[in-house]
Amino acid sequence: MSLWKQHAKLERHSLLLLVGILLVVSIGGLVEIAPLFWLQGTIEKVEGVRPYTPLEQAGRDIYVREGCYLCHSQMIRPLRDEVERYGHYSLAAESMYDHPFQWGSKRTGPDLARVGGKYSDSWHRDHLTDPRSVVPESVMPPYKFLAEKELDYSDIVDRMKALHTVGVPYTADMIANAKKDLEAQADPFSTDAVGLRARYGAKVVNRDFDGNPDKITEMDALIAYLQMLGTMVDFKSYKAQAPENQR
Amino acid sequence: MSAPSKVNASPPAGSSVLLIISVLGAFLAILGAGLTHDPIFRLQAETISLAGVLAAFALASGLSGGKLRDQPDRYSDNVIKAGVIATMFWAAAGLLVGVVIAAQLSWPRIFYFPEAGWLNFGRLRPLHTSAVIFAFGGNALIATSFWVVQRTCKARLAGGITPWFVFWGYQLFIVLAATGYLMGATQGKEYAEPEWYTDLWLTIVWVAYLLVFLGTIWKRKEPHIYVANWFYLAFIVTIAVLHLVNNAAVPVGLLNHKSYGVMSGVQDALTQWWYGHNAVGFFLTAGFLAMMYYFVPKRAERPVYSYRLSIVHFWALIFIYIWAGPHHLHYTALPQWAQTLGMTFSIMLWMPSWGGMINGLMTLSGAWDKLRTDPVIRMMVVSIAFYGMSTFEGPVMSIRAVNALSHYTDWTIGHVHSGALGWVGFISFGAVYCLVPWLWKKKAMYSTKMIEWHFWIATTGILLYIAAMWVSGIMEGLMWREYTPQGFLAYSFIETVSAKHIENVIRTVGGLMYLTGALIMIVNVWKTIATPSPEASGADLAAELADDASTAPATAIA
Repeated sequence: MSLWKQHAKLERHSLLLLVGILLVVSIGGLVEIAPLFWLQGTIEKVEGVRPYTPLEQAGRDIYVREGCYLCHSQMIRPLRDEVERYGHYSLAAESMYDHPFQWGSKRTGPDLARVGGKYSDSWHRDHLTDPRSVVPESVMPPYKFLAEKELDYSDIVDRMKALHTVGVPYTADMIANAKKDLEAQADPFSTDAVGLRARYGAKVVNRDFDGNPDKITEMDALIAYLQMLGTMVDFKSYKAQAPENQR
Repeated sequence: MSAPSKVNASPPAGSSVLLIISVLGAFLAILGAGLTHDPIFRLQAETISLAGVLAAFALASGLSGGKLRDQPDRYSDNVIKAGVIATMFWAAAGLLVGVVIAAQLSWPRIFYFPEAGWLNFGRLRPLHTSAVIFAFGGNALIATSFWVVQRTCKARLAGGITPWFVFWGYQLFIVLAATGYLMGATQGKEYAEPEWYTDLWLTIVWVAYLLVFLGTIWKRKEPHIYVANWFYLAFIVTIAVLHLVNNAAVPVGLLNHKSYGVMSGVQDALTQWWYGHNAVGFFLTAGFLAMMYYFVPKRAERPVYSYRLSIVHFWALIFIYIWAGPHHLHYTALPQWAQTLGMTFSIMLWMPSWGGMINGLMTLSGAWDKLRTDPVIRMMVVSIAFYGMSTFEGPVMSIRAVNALSHYTDWTIGHVHSGALGWVGFISFGAVYCLVPWLWKKKAMYSTKMIEWHFWIATTGILLYIAAMWVSGIMEGLMWREYTPQGFLAYSFIETVSAKHIENVIRTVGGLMYLTGALIMIVNVWKTIATPSPEASGADLAAELADDASTAPATAIA
């Protein structure tokens, strides 16, 4: 009985009501989200995961810009059919440098978490330019303009600095050489590729992703990103049951 | 229609300050446009400067011409009129974009243009979602909240010119977001796509909105705060919190449109879906429940069914909703304890949701005959029924085993649209059908027949839409996991795409029907406004107050 009378106080004092609302809506978020920042088991460190190279990051920015995440997920669930169709289920560590995360919520097209290396560069080029030329039933939009548009990487250093600010462990060396590394990765004959691999790992390949040696296009960047997706962790040596992964 | 009663000659408080802010804003934006090397940032800055110049021009001519006058003894209804018109405009725009992208998935060879990449699905889809949620829904919420808070507090909107700032500032936010998407400015998080400067602008507008709303409550002449206002308040405050946390980002440069969110990976995913699900919970639910709590009893001329139920379901709803986000991340790399918490609270959420449904539906006790005669009541009842349906479907889909099938499929899209088209759309249309004759002082809407047509065409459209998405969603989910007797995956991915063609077409037809209904409504609203008023009624506060006596405070419980 009296409880209802107590509530009348809230109905009569807007600030009490306001504070009440704020308290009530805070609890859930605090309990669920806050622990993710300090519970060690949230992201298990995995061998091979590294920040994106400048060209891959530029490609990722295009992936975000074009809204690819609205139709393609990057999150393979540990279900039999998904693991057989797409590959090993996604690990938290694999997206630890993703600002923003691109797990997606819809598969109008297939998952792309491990699309890297599944198709040739020229397949991607044809597919992005005119999806129905290689997959007749596809409903994907055409991205011909990516192959025509030169990549604007004038602010790549600023982008990497901003990413560094939000927690991506780019070294001073990586930031200083961002432009050189970007150009090196798009050039199959670059002499700077040694430095690129020294900074980002031996698996990084430099080649002409869009098949057009005259210029670095947005297509170069996007394909470089797609071809790297899901290839950082070596699942021949990764053991989910290993003690370091059992925290 | 605006019979000058006791007109104060002075302009609304803050007009001159707003004029100065507009000029300064325009100047800074021109400066930014001139200095930047980023073409997207330049266009957005030019848009801001244009808005600033237009605002300054309008304010200056209003101030010098003496047209801008404060009328402290009247309700602020002109800003609500503008809000109603904006609501209908953005409804048509957002629904049209929805039909276009549905057509793109049905007939990709016809509706994609290789030379116009900015019309691709990936850029139009955020335009569609933002236009219907934030532009249509947001304007409906702001307009109705301005009406409801004034009538239930018996006080004029607080803040002088501020309500107009909220209205136009919000339109600028929409235009910046929408044009930004087309150019490729996006944060890449669903329903939180606007870039950092647009987010900052919305923050300013939203704080002003909160202050206008609270300020009006502080001026109230009723001891109790009416139940609808609890929901509006929860909506405004919680959206502010969600917006600030989820959009925390570091811009690449002060003259660069691009930013990177401060969170990444798992944490970013959960923060995003904490935001995303509560955009549903507080923008698309609490706000529209507020609408229900005022317009259903008003239209049915019955008190709210249960005062106690409204208390219980209000606090339960806002407490539980916040926890439900992780159900968007079942079987992902999110820790399982968080997934389980999200699922548990999502299932519990069924109860407070149905508390709202029951309170809305039972308000019609003793007035059920109006379903036959009043298509507006029918629209609102169907809206509440869709609310009940989708708040049952949601908890079912949040169960991990069901989600394993439904996630990533069209089922989710169908679920969202039964809530958006059925619940949010219909309750807003119902409210606007009530508001237009009240605001423009007409006896009734121009044509009841046209409301009937709107109702039946739109309802059929929704049913086609969600039935098609159930079929295609469950079908593709089953096809993805189908195995041959030899133990191989039975279907390639593309086979599941082409299998959905007919459902995609039906969805497009359903969407087109829903759009048609909205267009009929726009004609009807237009005609209503254009018909001459019976006579200029004494529109001063006293007369309006007497007129409004049927809505007592709290929930009309004595």
